[in-house]
Amino acid sequence: MQPDKIFSLLKLKFSQATQEGSCGAVVIPRERLLDVAKYLISSELSFDNLHCITAVDRQERIELVYIFFSLQARHNLTVKVYLTPDDLKVESLASFWKSADWFEREIYDLFGVTFRNHPNLRRILNPEDWKDHPLRKNFSRSDFIKKERY
Amino acid sequence: MELPVREEEKNIHSEECYMNMGPQHPSTHGVLHLELKLDGEVVVDSIVHIGYLHRSMEKIAENRTYTQFIPFTDRLDYVSAMNNNLGYCLAVEKLMNMDVPLRAKYIRVIAAELNRIASHLIAIGSFAQDLGALATPLFYCFRERELILDIFDEICGNRLTYNYMRIGGVQFDLPDGIDKKIQDFIKCMRSRIKEYIDLLSYNVIFLARTKDIGVLLKDKAVNYSVTGPNLRASGVRCDLRKDEPYLVYDKFQFDIPVADKGDVWDRYNIRIQEIEQSLRIIEQALAGLPEGNPTVKVGRIHKPPAGEVYLRTESPRGELGFYIVSDGSEYPYRLKIRAPSFSNLAVIPELIRGVKMADVVSILGSLDIVMGEIDR
Amino acid sequence: MFTLLNLITMLVVGAMILGFIAGSSMFLIWGERKVSARIQSRLGPMRVGWQGLLQSVADAIKLLLKEDIMPTGVDKWVWQLAPFFAAVPSVMAFVVIPFGKNLIVKDLNVGILYITSITSICVLGIFMAGWSSNNKYSLLGGIRSAAQIISYEVPLILSIITVVMFTGSLSMQKIVEEQSKYWFILRPNLAVAFLIYMISALAEVNRTPFDIPEAESELVAGYHTEYSGIRFAMFFVAEYTNLFIISAVAATLFLGGWQGPVLPPVLWFLLKTYGIVFILMWVRWSFPRVRVDQLMSFTWKVLTPIAFLNLIISGWILVR
Repeated sequence: MQPDKIFSLLKLKFSQATQEGSCGAVVIPRERLLDVAKYLISSELSFDNLHCITAVDRQERIELVYIFFSLQARHNLTVKVYLTPDDLKVESLASFWKSADWFEREIYDLFGVTFRNHPNLRRILNPEDWKDHPLRKNFSRSDFIKKERY
Repeated sequence: MELPVREEEKNIHSEECYMNMGPQHPSTHGVLHLELKLDGEVVVDSIVHIGYLHRSMEKIAENRTYTQFIPFTDRLDYVSAMNNNLGYCLAVEKLMNMDVPLRAKYIRVIAAELNRIASHLIAIGSFAQDLGALATPLFYCFRERELILDIFDEICGNRLTYNYMRIGGVQFDLPDGIDKKIQDFIKCMRSRIKEYIDLLSYNVIFLARTKDIGVLLKDKAVNYSVTGPNLRASGVRCDLRKDEPYLVYDKFQFDIPVADKGDVWDRYNIRIQEIEQSLRIIEQALAGLPEGNPTVKVGRIHKPPAGEVYLRTESPRGELGFYIVSDGSEYPYRLKIRAPSFSNLAVIPELIRGVKMADVVSILGSLDIVMGEIDR
Repeated sequence: MFTLLNLITMLVVGAMILGFIAGSSMFLIWGERKVSARIQSRLGPMRVGWQGLLQSVADAIKLLLKEDIMPTGVDKWVWQLAPFFAAVPSVMAFVVIPFGKNLIVKDLNVGILYITSITSICVLGIFMAGWSSNNKYSLLGGIRSAAQIISYEVPLILSIITVVMFTGSLSMQKIVEEQSKYWFILRPNLAVAFLIYMISALAEVNRTPFDIPEAESELVAGYHTEYSGIRFAMFFVAEYTNLFIISAVAATLFLGGWQGPVLPPVLWFLLKTYGIVFILMWVRWSFPRVRVDQLMSFTWKVLTPIAFLNLIISGWILVR
């Protein structure tokens, strides 16, 4: 199925969805995340493979990027959720796709985003008693040196 | 079948014991820490601790130019470094909409497939050693891997972390006489695969240790986003080289081995068959190698246009994905590495519930994980 | 009457046997390293002496000079006695090994029974080492080993009884002399007994494919994790001495002992014994390891019934 058709199907069901970026990512509001997930996994879109979840720190907002693939229908979809830096909470998708479990733990560890209803939200790459969230752009330690740009 | 508990047994105080496997352990394939809750010999529950090899590569990437990051990708999955180089370079080239000379594409395919064979040899050798075949299969596999490493030594000067591919091509052209060496290697490897199958695949003890153990069902594998030989062993016919061909894979004829049960033996057997298919690809690539200049000009600083890209390639362990966000400058704004072993390892707590201690080692070996790419 | 001559004879013979054991163990350790190396397409020890022959001597000296570390928390007396319980029975079994026509320390008329009883004490040593080491891995190794050795004694003794039935005597020299016409292995039911004996004996001495108590990849080093220096050397020497004993018993019971045409009897005996040792080493480096429950089910569900059946058939052949 072509990306435009997927987007039009999503737009029919969820009117707040918008498209952005060169990747053709679909932006949805954070409150509708669970409904969109339910629709993606059960409808004829059949996105059974949540391939990757990642986050990008854009200073004024944090984007959560969900990348879906479908093994049967052979199409893909990128879904984005924008979070404001002072309210980093969103629902966890671990009940739909088990692969989301460890990806969300990694984002909690590196960005500080809290996932509600996650089965086991602990740090995964850094030690348990680590204090800050390294991949944020405001990360600063005395031994972290930003290189000069050319 | 549960026998009824007798009165005397209810008063016997039995404890479950907690045991740590790792981080330093001969068979956890790197620094993996498995905390097991044992009831005698049977594993009741387990917790996986990773992060002992975390080197914060994604943060480092925000401080390096695109070419400067290529040696870092070698050190992700250090056993198959060429495939990591390939994935990264393809992602950056897609971001920049850059095309690669045809000869470079063929050379990249040859390097990637040779490295796939080397990686599977390590998987098979260390798996057999974990089962107790005290180093004999390991030495045989390493003997073949030495031939591949010698070929790579001639091509790019390194044996483990190659730093060979560049954005837009490769670092050096193939030296003279290398195709004769590769042909000899292919001939030698074909006879050695027969040896492995004779010695190991149908050995009674090996079958008893691997058949019907660690069965990974199809829908569970897809839900956990398991990829690569592990997914193909569970019955899903999915290989990026055939489904979304990159480089020149659509010009070659090769099969995708698929098994149906998903137990440990299937995962091992698929890797043996994939070595054979990689040999076919290398033969065809060598035969069709075009003329041209595959190298790139040294010293160019790449400044991709602002945007983002997600590209996945088929590495020996599964689907390796690179998500690159660029803001127009010479440093990436965000670089995310989606490692195949990360999702493959997440299946472990479910797979080892209720099995005996000896099978934990067997299942872990069959999943073929490398901690370098899990922890990054 | 016990005279000075008796005392001197005892001491001299004892010294000869101990000397033979020490030399033979060193030779077997070197042999294992060379055989394993060639099977794995490498060379093995090459530097110390011609083809590395003095490597075992160098290793023995190194082990003797190591610091004696006793971990805290071990059960002191049990931990210190365990290597002796493993090593001494192996030496004691040499009393009835027939090296030649009159070259046997004492031809006890319960020879083979004596050997099986004495070697059963070795399991005590392993279990004591596993228990007293205050270490989960060693305990697992000790438990597995105890279960394994006790289970495999049954088919071992059954196969030995099959041979004894054909001889009518438990004495080792009588068994060898009964094979003067043709060796016992040439009879089909005794060939089956030979196979059962070899499998059970491999499990008795904890060698691959039955080396679960020392399974490196799971238990680090099993029951002898906490031992170093000379104590570890005692376990090590005990293992190779046991290997020699089971091969010697196999050669005596099934291959005709010291019988043979041209060469002197001692040479024949050593040739047969070391031939079987070579085959056991070959097996070690070719097969993976079985799992503990598969080991147990194999002996109780497969090996013991076959041994019983073989015994009954042999009895029927004799009576016929």
